[in-house]
Amino acid sequence: MANIEEYRSIIGQPIIDDLKLLAEKLKGKVIQYINSTAVGGGVAEILNCMVPLLRELEVDTRWDVIKGGEQFFEVTKKFHNALHGKPEEIAQRDFNIFMETSQKNIEALDIHGDIVFVHDPQPIALVKKKAGNKWIWRCHIDVSNPNHRVWKFLENFIAHYDSAVFSAPSFSQRLPIRQFLISPSIDPLSDKNKELPRETIDSVLKKYNIKDDKPIITQISRFDSLKDPIGVIEAYKQVKKYFDCQLILAGGSAADDPESAQVLEKVMAKSEHDKDIHILLLPQDDIVVNALQRASDVIVQKSLKEGFGLTVAEALWKSKPVVASNVGGIPLQIKHKYSGLLCHSIDGASFAIKQFLANPEYAKKLGQNGKEHIRNNFLIARHIREYMLLFLSLYHKEDVVYL
Amino acid sequence: MPELIKAIEPFRFYTRLHLSELTGLRASNLSQLLNIVKRVPGSCIYHHTHRFLQQHQYLSPEPPNDFAYWVSKVLGEDELGEKLASIDTIQFSTVRKLRDKIIATIENYLKNNMSAKLKFAGEGEEFHFIKSVSFVLPTNYIAYDLREFADIVKKITIDAIYFHIFESRLRLEKKTNDFSNWIETSIGDKELSDKISRLDPYIHTLEDLRKTIIRIVEQKLRD
Repeated sequence: MANIEEYRSIIGQPIIDDLKLLAEKLKGKVIQYINSTAVGGGVAEILNCMVPLLRELEVDTRWDVIKGGEQFFEVTKKFHNALHGKPEEIAQRDFNIFMETSQKNIEALDIHGDIVFVHDPQPIALVKKKAGNKWIWRCHIDVSNPNHRVWKFLENFIAHYDSAVFSAPSFSQRLPIRQFLISPSIDPLSDKNKELPRETIDSVLKKYNIKDDKPIITQISRFDSLKDPIGVIEAYKQVKKYFDCQLILAGGSAADDPESAQVLEKVMAKSEHDKDIHILLLPQDDIVVNALQRASDVIVQKSLKEGFGLTVAEALWKSKPVVASNVGGIPLQIKHKYSGLLCHSIDGASFAIKQFLANPEYAKKLGQNGKEHIRNNFLIARHIREYMLLFLSLYHKEDVVYL
Repeated sequence: MPELIKAIEPFRFYTRLHLSELTGLRASNLSQLLNIVKRVPGSCIYHHTHRFLQQHQYLSPEPPNDFAYWVSKVLGEDELGEKLASIDTIQFSTVRKLRDKIIATIENYLKNNMSAKLKFAGEGEEFHFIKSVSFVLPTNYIAYDLREFADIVKKITIDAIYFHIFESRLRLEKKTNDFSNWIETSIGDKELSDKISRLDPYIHTLEDLRKTIIRIVEQKLRD
């Protein structure tokens, strides 16, 4: 784990000084993060990086994880899909299961934060324990077009929070509480994003029997239908008619996602034993992900819905040309034709991939622009700064705050 | 080399960090945009006319305000987009006056282009209104003369430059930017002060602006 001073060469000392100034203003406050999984998925990844850095800045930060059984996580996965606008059958029984587990967590979890920072719907009901302290609900989901019933259910809890946080402007809803726009971020010094020697990249390719004798197109994502891995295979097949290329679909599974096995099965069937399609169910190994991204010629993120899509930021940070859907937080990361190519369909994705493969100089330029855009807007230091401002905003209601 | 003038009052550098607060308000066409622009807080107008300065610090591929961008790219009203993009923000001393100009520009356009009212943004392409919440805090950097001033401008964050050039003048309604004000009142150099206040900061990236200020001050130190 990198310490804060190691970021100096990437973000500059004055920005680190600003973080220290803000941290001083939070002296004496205890920040308690709560989410549903310690590993797997973007939220756990960010917290694993952010919590130690906040502690190093001397912000007293704790992190707790709620408990839930298989049934609970099946229900929260349904909620997740429904909030993304995917049709889901949701019965009263599902709400009952959600509340039963929530009640157990309410009883079991010790709430000691001056600021309690709850991530996503799974732990949302904990706000029932609110008692004079400040509560923030952080939504990592694209709720621009949510299932009305699930959203109304959650709204009953959201109204008791002091503030809510969303990742993109289109996710905001009319709410009785303050709501802020804060994008997630990547850690440039983590195993997933740091520079790698060529030998490491080669050894990872070798391990998974991938030869770099033809262009590599890659999508890194959990095997989740909203990431549209089937659509990626179809786009690849269209590209393959004109360019002899190969496809990597690689991802792990998160402890709170019971759906991935079914999706993986469908993906295997769709690949029809094409030897140029590499389907990799990865254990949690960030170096492998990093190496696969760096070995790729084009990175794809063809999600149907996306909370934010940090894999886009990861790829751009590595100066890779990216083709990604114009959904969720992706258009914040990619300005079309400037820092990548946005698409709306399988045909659009295959056309964009072909453009990159046919024009390597164009692909290189967009990748370089993308890296600078990520450096300025989507690295962990900006994210920590905004979270500290968010904590301070709980004690200041005005639009210009003098600290 | 002439002796450096010590400032009557030292210059304390502040920085301005900000959060974007979502309002939940969105517009799908020009009439809705106009109605909401008329009633949102000034901090919303400020956000949508200044956001690009900090998000695209090194290279700006976008028009200089969100209204212009949306009107051109989403509604396809290029002429109005151009009129909104070319509003000379530096001429306005308050956000209120800037808002009035934006309203007048849209209203005049709609008078002569009735069909523009019929254009709607597609789903997911609506204009979302966001407020800028600023946090102003003192840094540890203090300049007692122009040499120290130039050296600090080289290393402070662009957020600090942004605060003293943009925010203090328009949002906090001071007559000029903080650098010019200090150089005139504490260093007593009206000529140098005027040189900096004559810069149009809206046509520079922030890094460009930093370099330009350093060049002007160092030129003065050499003279």
